[in-house]
This record gives sequence, C-alpha cells and structure tokens, in this order.
Amino acid sequence: MHEMSLCLSMLEILESSAREHRFDKVNAVVLELGSLGCVEPEVLRYTFDIAAKNTLAEGAILNIIEVPVRAWCHHCDQLVELGKDYGGCPLCGGNELRLETGQELRIKELEVE
Amino acid sequence: MAHSHPAAAQPIVINHYYQAGAQVFQYSSPAPARAAAPAHHHHHDHGHSHDHGHEHAHADAEDHSGNGGRTAGRDLDFGANAAGVTVTGIPQQRLVHLEKNILEKNNSLAKANRAAFDSKRVFAVNLISSPGAGKTTLVAKTVEELRNRRRTAAAIIGDQQTSRDADRIRQTGADALQINTGKGCHLDAHMVGHAAENLGLHEDSILFIENVGNLVCPAGFDLGEHGRVVMLSVTEGEDKPLKYPAAIAGSQLLLINKIDLLAHVDCDVDACERYAREKNPGIRIIRLSASTGEGFEEWISWLESAAESVASNIASGKTAMRA
Repeated sequence: MHEMSLCLSMLEILESSAREHRFDKVNAVVLELGSLGCVEPEVLRYTFDIAAKNTLAEGAILNIIEVPVRAWCHHCDQLVELGKDYGGCPLCGGNELRLETGQELRIKELEVE
Repeated sequence: MAHSHPAAAQPIVINHYYQAGAQVFQYSSPAPARAAAPAHHHHHDHGHSHDHGHEHAHADAEDHSGNGGRTAGRDLDFGANAAGVTVTGIPQQRLVHLEKNILEKNNSLAKANRAAFDSKRVFAVNLISSPGAGKTTLVAKTVEELRNRRRTAAAIIGDQQTSRDADRIRQTGADALQINTGKGCHLDAHMVGHAAENLGLHEDSILFIENVGNLVCPAGFDLGEHGRVVMLSVTEGEDKPLKYPAAIAGSQLLLINKIDLLAHVDCDVDACERYAREKNPGIRIIRLSASTGEGFEEWISWLESAAESVASNIASGKTAMRA
C-alpha cells in the first residue's frame, strides 16, 4: 500500500495549492512518474480514485507521464536509456552511470476550476 | 526502583493507521477514513489507452465529480505534447503549474530529522530487509556489542502490528520504541521524527531504525538517516539483489546474514555479491551471522567508522551528510 501514502501526500499538495491558487475542484492531475519509482501506474490510478473520494479531487483523472530511466555513461561518454532493473549500460555493460531521469514522482500541473 | 508504576514497563507504541481509529499520531490526510475502505465503485477500464491522444471537448456538461468511473470518453486531451500542455477553448477550466515532488513533505521532514540527529551527534542507520531476514536479532546483538565498547545505541522499530520486536531490544537494556504502521508498508520521515522525539536521543549514540520488513517500499523513503543498510539472508537465495534492485541501489552496505546456515541451504553467496555489485558498484558487503556473531567485528567497525565520519562532518559544519 505504498501507493496509498503517495496518494495521501498528493491530496495534501492539492489542498494546499487550492488555497494558494484559489480553486475548488481538481479535474485532472498531470503526474510525472519515473520508471524507477517503484510505483505501478495502474495501482496509483485505482488508489487515487479511492483516496480522493470526498475531497476536492474526487473523480479527477490522473494523467501519468512515465519518465524513462536515462543515465550518463562515463565510459561511452553519452546519455543512455536503461531498463527498470538498475542494470548496466546497454552499450558497454559498464556500471559507471550517473542517473539523469527515472526517479521522478512529481505533480507537474493541475486542471482546475 | 524509583518507579514501580505498571505503566513504566509498558512499551511505547505509536500507531500510524491510515484509517480513522485510536491512533496517537495521525496523518492530516484529507480522507483517511475512506482510504482503507474495501468497497469502491470503480470501473477500471484496463483496455483503454493512457496516451490520451484523441480530441475531447470539455465544454460539454460532463460531470467530473462522478463515481470515479472512467471511460475513454472522459479522458482528457492534453495535446500532442504531453509536457507542454496547451488548453484552448475550455473557458471554465484553468491549468495550475505545480512542479511539486510528491515526496517533498517527506523529504523536508527527513531533513529536519537529520538535523535533529546531527545536533546530538547521533549516527542514524536505516535498516531494510524482507521479513524474517534477522533485523531484530542483528539489532539486539549489535546494541550489546556496542555497549561492551561503551557506545550507547537505541532503536526505533517499525512493524505493522505488535511491540514484540521493541520488547526484544528492550530486554538487552537498550532504549527502543515501536512504531506500528497499521496498513502501512514502510516507515516515513514523519513517523520517525515523532518516534525520535518520544524516544529521546542520547548524545554520541547510534540509532538503529529498523524498517518494516519489506524490500520494496522502504527504499523510496528518506527517513533522515545517515546510513542505509540493506540485509539479505542466505535462506532467501542469492538472487534477491536482482529481484529487488532499488533496495540495493540505495544502500551503502549490504549485510548477508545467517551465514552460519550456509551448509544447509542452497545459496551461492558469491553470485549474490556479484548481483549486488551489478546494481550498486560502490556497495560494501559483509557476510555475518547475527546469531553466532560471525562477521561482527567487520560490521561493528563499519558502524564505528561511518559514525566517526558523520561526526567529523558535523563538527566541520557540514550537517545533514550521509555516510
């Protein structure tokens, strides 16, 4: 139930941003989700529907943008795309990698009224 | 004994249920009571595409406050470029750009925890493993070893239910506090902050934070620790690092426990180490047995030198440094 605590954190962010940006209702949430985030998009959607009941985001749609895992390979001297398994560089097999993307867990924007 | 009060012997238990109940510390979540409700009216359309590439006019009177049901006809069109959203012709709606990390609150609480640990020169270790790998046996034996070396240690222990593990640590004479997470599968910085406050921090001590037995979720939450230690046991087989890479990738030290049972189980420890280094080339690995004490010299000296390096970082003003 990892997803549930993320949903509750999301709802807290939505509530506080509703006060700040003056809106009453959230219709959609655009979410960037890195592939390394240990979060299943389908589970997140399902959980969000339940968590958002009786809140300003009830019925809101989660638009999830899955962010691929990209890292800089020091050996190949270039940006490479990795799998979700923390494996080595697909080109040289090396492990000297600096992670650039793939750990995102970010609310990008909201559609509100 | 100054206090023969029966309550003094009671374990301190902090309940962190996500649902309404008799909790001591409760999340200020907007809808906690609904969170764990098994019944829901959710039509889950697994067949539809999440690309949302089709046109969809919002000006119609579609009700978004419905029962959570989702059909393709209610999908939103955020334009061809998912990141660069443009919404025209939707007069009553607007977009709010947030760019907020969902874990932002946890991360800021973790930072506060680390600062609190730093202020008392407490070296905090987040211990992650699957259930039954031997975390509590390790912590119990380690606090005793540390006491022999005149180093104070305490423990914060996360489990879904019961205070059995904290009781075991207290039997060694060390301070321990149990956090019951209820439905929760991991500790978070908020729980640990309250637990540390209730427990009280001893100056120049080592604090073990024994996470909920789980190799998945705990990996995603910074608790404010200085060092993260992941533990596997030989009874689990050698391929855990391949199956749960996130826990390996985020840790500085891998303990391979129950090494005394190696003759009785089918586990290729060399392969286990190789897999772990594939996922985290810099990880330190120690084989040990929390029940026989084999490998403890190396483990204790890792702890002491990591604690030392954090202490010298704190002394030189570089607070909130990880080991």
